[in-house]
Amino acid sequence: MRWVKRHLLPAYAVLAFCYLLLPIAVVIAFSFNAPSGRFNYVWEGFTLDNWVNWDAPPGIQSAVVKSLEIGMLSTILATALGTLLALAIVRHQFRGRGATNMLIFLPMSTPEIVLGASLLTLFLNRQVVTGFGTIFIAHVMFIVSYVVVTVKARLIDFDRHLEEAAMDLGANEWVTFRKVTLPLLAPAILSAALLGFALSIDDFVITYFVSGPTQTFPLFVWGAARVAVPPQVNVVASAIFLVAVLIMIGNVIWGLRGRRAREESMPPAVPLPEQLHQPEAA
Amino acid sequence: MSFLHRHKGLTPYLLLLPGIVWLMLFFVAPLGFLGYQSLQTGTFDTGYTFDWAFSNYWDAISDYHEQFVRSFVYAGIATILALLVSYPLVYWIAFRAGRWKNVCLILIVAPLFVTYLVRTLAWLNILADEGPVVGFLRDIHVLGPDGRLLATSVAVVAGITYNFLPFMALPVYVSLEQIDARLLEAAEDLYASKRQAFLRVTLPLSAPGIVAGTLLTFIPAAGDFINAQLLGTPNQYMVGNVIQSKFLDVLDYPSAAALSFILMALILVGLLGYARAVGTERLTG
Repeated sequence: MRWVKRHLLPAYAVLAFCYLLLPIAVVIAFSFNAPSGRFNYVWEGFTLDNWVNWDAPPGIQSAVVKSLEIGMLSTILATALGTLLALAIVRHQFRGRGATNMLIFLPMSTPEIVLGASLLTLFLNRQVVTGFGTIFIAHVMFIVSYVVVTVKARLIDFDRHLEEAAMDLGANEWVTFRKVTLPLLAPAILSAALLGFALSIDDFVITYFVSGPTQTFPLFVWGAARVAVPPQVNVVASAIFLVAVLIMIGNVIWGLRGRRAREESMPPAVPLPEQLHQPEAA
Repeated sequence: MSFLHRHKGLTPYLLLLPGIVWLMLFFVAPLGFLGYQSLQTGTFDTGYTFDWAFSNYWDAISDYHEQFVRSFVYAGIATILALLVSYPLVYWIAFRAGRWKNVCLILIVAPLFVTYLVRTLAWLNILADEGPVVGFLRDIHVLGPDGRLLATSVAVVAGITYNFLPFMALPVYVSLEQIDARLLEAAEDLYASKRQAFLRVTLPLSAPGIVAGTLLTFIPAAGDFINAQLLGTPNQYMVGNVIQSKFLDVLDYPSAAALSFILMALILVGLLGYARAVGTERLTG
């Protein structure tokens, strides 16, 4: 009974991870499937053809390229706008702060379908032709808030003594910002940008409303799902997944290295008696 | 630069200007247009005229209350399921995973790196009528010999739960991770049983994470239409499906706009009620 009790939670965790990862395994596995018909639902045999000829289905290549272009452009602008907003909110006192916070919070708490629908009404009413430009506009709009939240979190913990030291040493505000503030904020800005890029290339709902004739990768999948999804869709999704996971792992290793380097530069700490035989945390 | 020096009070406004202008033009103004559109009458062919047609709202509610109710019920069930599934998991990660914490966190967010539509389509493979899950459920007589999962509410709710689970798991993890282990030791020193310590220390301290996770899961779930479209049938359609088809297929803009507004209003009202119950600080950070 005790044995069961002790292993219940880890066993549950393993099961939960299986549940989380099962669809990913299915997506990757079916990228290697060789379906005889048009439908890629049943396993019929292993092949590398789909990976070699990933751009065989007409339109998939240009859709992937569009997704990457829109992702990069909108991330760059949204990261810049969001970082400035975060700086203003954390560093300055001004009138209308509460309203500003609300304005940034609201897009994140509005269902995507409402964001997409309202943008489409705006474009229809102002007779704006929807396409690449309107997708870009929409993506910048919904990424900005996430950038603000990410950068804000780092700014709040920011050690302002470093900036004061720079100013004491004769740097003016601009030089201090460029040489001290910005480098220290860089990891937060980078993770905000990565998050923004991930949100952009994955977005379907808002893009669907404002895309006009332009096709991004998710829109291509949607179109394909109405007929039959070619295995190349799984190839592209698997590739995006692998790149993202590699970036995450790189990030973790980078973080661990940084920590180890900091620890090594410090004198060796004498472990306290209770740390030597640390009981399992309750 | 010298201009900024002389007008120091201006700096925050200059920093705010570009972002705020963007949000005003492409978030606030569109909502205004949506409201304007929702009070118009007419058709796509004859054009629309604005005449304070509040009847659009009444029509939307009386025609589609079923889809509204379904959206909120599905989203509510999915949110509760996501909490029940993810809480023990992130509890284990926060307190027991030790050096594997980072790896576990990557595994939790991993589904988000697979394109949303593609990971929803993967459930089509998993829940397929000839697939192993349905076969097993038929063998143990949970499902009848012709029973299926696809095209049922179960499949739609399962899809929504899966798709938004990381949004529940992460904030709950963060709040559990921040709990000071000494508080739990103190509870034990004061003769609290494990169960009492959990119910009276751990659970209340993880409440902010549960609150944030609930919002992050419920809001997108209530507006979702992809799961109902791909895993369900028109019998499972949610309000998102109606809005989507009215905007993009039927081109009945006023009615679609009214539906969008009602959805947003319902969510905002829910949000405010929730904020009152738990305190605004926890919501906006």
